[in-house]
Amino acid sequence: MSIILNNISKSYNKVKAVDDISFEVKPGELFGLIGPDGAGKTTLFRILTTLLIQDKGNATVAGYDVLKQYKDIRNHVGYMPGRFSLYQDLTVEENLNFFATIFGTTIAENYDLIKDIYVQIEPFKDRRAGKLSGGMKQKLALSCALIHKPKVLFLDEPTTGVDPVSRKEFWEMLKRLQQKDITILVSTPYMDEAELCDRIALITNGKILQINTPGAIIASFPKKIFKVRSFNTYKLIEDLRIYPDTHSAYPFGEYLHFTPKSEAFRPMDLTKYLEERQHKEIEVKETVATIEDTFMDLSKANE
Amino acid sequence: MTEDNMIQVENLTKMFGDFTAVNNISFEVGKGEVFGFLGANGAGKTTAMKMLIGISEPTHGNATVAGYNVLTHAEHVKRNIGYMSQRFSLYNDLTIKENIVFFGGIYGLSSADIKEKSQAMINELGLHDMADSLVGSLPLGWKQKVAFSVAMLHNPKIIFLDEPTGGVDPITRRQFWEMIYMEANRGVTIFVTTHYMDEAEYCDRVSIMVAGKIEALDTPKNLKRQFQVDSMNQVFLKLARNIE
Repeated sequence: MSIILNNISKSYNKVKAVDDISFEVKPGELFGLIGPDGAGKTTLFRILTTLLIQDKGNATVAGYDVLKQYKDIRNHVGYMPGRFSLYQDLTVEENLNFFATIFGTTIAENYDLIKDIYVQIEPFKDRRAGKLSGGMKQKLALSCALIHKPKVLFLDEPTTGVDPVSRKEFWEMLKRLQQKDITILVSTPYMDEAELCDRIALITNGKILQINTPGAIIASFPKKIFKVRSFNTYKLIEDLRIYPDTHSAYPFGEYLHFTPKSEAFRPMDLTKYLEERQHKEIEVKETVATIEDTFMDLSKANE
Repeated sequence: MTEDNMIQVENLTKMFGDFTAVNNISFEVGKGEVFGFLGANGAGKTTAMKMLIGISEPTHGNATVAGYNVLTHAEHVKRNIGYMSQRFSLYNDLTIKENIVFFGGIYGLSSADIKEKSQAMINELGLHDMADSLVGSLPLGWKQKVAFSVAMLHNPKIIFLDEPTGGVDPITRRQFWEMIYMEANRGVTIFVTTHYMDEAEYCDRVSIMVAGKIEALDTPKNLKRQFQVDSMNQVFLKLARNIE
């Protein structure tokens, strides 16, 4: 196993940031930690990269214990924190050189690994890192995290605040890195990115809700789910909230996702109810759950 | 400008040296409309928004917000709009109540008014147990809901929301949108940026900026039809990819 966590807990004062978390990441796996701000993702990353000591439990990364062998871990992992943490006053090339030197290597030695990513910012190699655009900073940070050829790569919310186009490109880069035998643990608050991982852990309030492949998580959604639409979305939300058979009703793009309380629910009953309430252009259709539906259902059940 | 237009933008341009950040954009936003202002990072959204809220002067062109010209009447603009962003919203070291009093004061509300408003807000958001806790101790989603209400304290006609839901959990994110719908239903104009493409679908109309220009502007339904795709995410990818 590339990463093993056994019953890891960490509190800040009285707040349990990470509460008894265990999971394993296989070699070469692209594993996603999916959860909102404050779920405990960053705390986990900091424990696994030996920057923070857990209160309870133990963990290994690339076979090394996070407490006893922290120096070995530091030599064998790459870490890209959520906040841009390179030297703003050094140029692109100076930053990369700096990180290569610290790890006792050179840019030339591992150029192969970063080539794909680095060529895109190489034309700006004399520019100071602080003057780069968001997307270019991200590419530089990833190059620096990779320059010593790590066995395990930790990426803490690399795509937060990044537009959909750049996000897509970033995930394509990750997929290519995975081909080079690097284990990747990545966190994101964007549920649509979950489907790009081999396996994911849904995490909220310091606890894991579920771990599995994205497909299995979607398939495990326990209820029938319907997409509902009418001309006035706001009124639709209000009316679904007071509909007696509503278990949940959440906006989902142009539709609302609706789950009924009763097994015997029939779409035509809901259509009739909405017609009585003067809705127009009504559509009620059974649909397939997404990771986000599952996440909301599980966190609702956990409250 | 028709009476119902809360935002009227004509040939708005902003240059930094020889770089054109916002390139001759024109659009209008109606009363009570939820207007999604989308674009890739660096497309010029923030620069455009700064001009609309009266804190950056246009190089060329005109914009009227809530009936006031952003160049000649910037102070009037500021008094008639609300603004909330992910980065700066509330003071973490003040309690919820203290933040309300502070921002109420900034907006020039009377103490009686502030008292009444903060009570109403605490009731509406169900914050009784948290009113005296420091904002810094709240989960992000709650912070954003409080920040939204605080930005609405002075009853602005328009509210500008700059990525209000980034990183917020999916349930709270939807509750936040319900607050948006509610205000829009009361006639408040909503001008919102987001990187969540499902949220783009919640808007009445959406504009997509690419390299300083507005490359598309219509209802989500029409945009999807125009680009022959079935989600706003695909519209976005198609537009931004093609231009590059």
